[in-house]
Amino acid sequence: MKRRSYFVLSVLAFGYAFLYIPLVSVIIYSFNDSRLATVWGGFSTRWYGALLHNREVLDAAALSLEVAFSTATLATILGTMAGMALARFGRFRGRTLFSGMITSPLVMPEVITGLSLLLLYVSLQQLIGWPAQRGFTTITIAHTTFAMAYVTVVVQSRLAGMDESLEEAAMDLGGRPLRVVFDITLPLIAPAMIAGWLLAFTLSLDDLVIASFVSGPGGSTLPMVIFSKVRLGVTPDINALATIIIAIVSLGVLVAWWVSGRSRRRTP
Amino acid sequence: MAGRRDFWQRVAIALPYLWLLVFFLAPVAIILKISFADPIIAQPPFTPFFDDQGRPDPTIANYTFLLTDKLYVITYLKSVLMAAGATVLCLLLGFPMAYGIARAQARTRNVLLLLIVLPFWISFLLRVYAWIGLMNNYGVINNLLMWAGLINQPMQMLYTDFAIYIGLVYSYLPFMILPLYATLERMDLDLVDAAQDLGASPSQAFRDITWPLARPGVIAGSLLVFIPAMGEYVIPYLLGGPASLMIGRVLFDEFFVNHDWPLASAVAIVLLFLLVVPIALLQRSRTQEIEGEA
Repeated sequence: MKRRSYFVLSVLAFGYAFLYIPLVSVIIYSFNDSRLATVWGGFSTRWYGALLHNREVLDAAALSLEVAFSTATLATILGTMAGMALARFGRFRGRTLFSGMITSPLVMPEVITGLSLLLLYVSLQQLIGWPAQRGFTTITIAHTTFAMAYVTVVVQSRLAGMDESLEEAAMDLGGRPLRVVFDITLPLIAPAMIAGWLLAFTLSLDDLVIASFVSGPGGSTLPMVIFSKVRLGVTPDINALATIIIAIVSLGVLVAWWVSGRSRRRTP
Repeated sequence: MAGRRDFWQRVAIALPYLWLLVFFLAPVAIILKISFADPIIAQPPFTPFFDDQGRPDPTIANYTFLLTDKLYVITYLKSVLMAAGATVLCLLLGFPMAYGIARAQARTRNVLLLLIVLPFWISFLLRVYAWIGLMNNYGVINNLLMWAGLINQPMQMLYTDFAIYIGLVYSYLPFMILPLYATLERMDLDLVDAAQDLGASPSQAFRDITWPLARPGVIAGSLLVFIPAMGEYVIPYLLGGPASLMIGRVLFDEFFVNHDWPLASAVAIVLLFLLVVPIALLQRSRTQEIEGEA
């Protein structure tokens, strides 16, 4: 900064405080012994223990992780295909509709995505008897539909910023298109695919609204269980759960940051 | 690679294409269809699109109801106003922040950016929930203010429109900062210096140089805040009062509480209609961004 502006510095300080004070306060109160979430009753880790014995929360967390894993994998496969089609295959029939449909789920309000997919499931059930019940499969399909849009954008912009000459050289040397894709293109876009997978995983784990629409009885994801608890106000075990999630995420992001910093330094 | 289209390329196009036709386009078409039906007590709870003789039998009753019912008109207007208000607040807070980050030393800049992105990866629901503990009548903020002697009794913050604004700005601020940062970081600082050397005041330099150059970022950031804020359900539900009507919440209740599927569908279609222009603008700026990189 050439001229240090006190205005900019103070807004920065305020902004970061605004972003982080709620998280810090949740962490502090997760160690509060009192059941009244806003009265300090001394240090305790009992809410963490309570969480470990809460079957409802554990089952929901397991379902959420299963859905997020399947979603991320499916979305990465479909999104990579779509990203390659848009960045590399030139014109094809229906390209405009295709690229429109790919990016629309990114900006569609969640309530509309959720409602429309539920109505699709209900109609399909009447027509062909599938899906007989809603849960893991219907949530995974719904999450994949919006998560693949993010993967597509990540892969597409990676390919757009990448020289086509390597792929062309391989083709000129007689490589069959599928070989070229697996030997050249995929290794080159692997970082984008990993980033897309992680993004899809997080988005799926985070979603409440769409899952609430397309899930059925017995198929509650972790956000659905959290929501049913916090709609009644502050609950101490959710503070503990939030603290665990904040810790895992911060650790993961720090490790990723450290690893990428090291590899950047090694290959300047 | 264009021109030669082999079997596997067809597969790579066809699979995601089919997926989107079935799970994106068809559902939207179905909402549109059901929005022209009447609610009935049956399974499913709406009249079929075709009558007994196989003729289409649409009704526009849901739409005329939405556009004439005072409650719905007010809810739509209020959603637009609140989303726009949150967008302006995000811009006021986000612009100086993005500017400060873009102008920081490379090392500091990376840490500051990391701290903006970090909340993205933490559950949105839990971050909104954190504000309940802060804004409660007996929450952290009220306790602090009373302890400091600034107020004698708790201020009602939670379950007000104020709380919704806080929640919206808090949740969507990173969406504003990141595109703003991207444009401000690319900006040539010499231009501002040159303008000031030639006698422009800082505010003139801002108005004539920084702001016009940052415009693509301002537009993208504002749309990224406005569009999801319009359909927001969690924030008005958890932080707003029972009377704080935003359209996302009304749609949810119309469907799950009143079981009026046709009306809920019509609410969705009208919401989509209101968002067509902002969404089209965002799509355009996104395509420009991707094609600009190539």
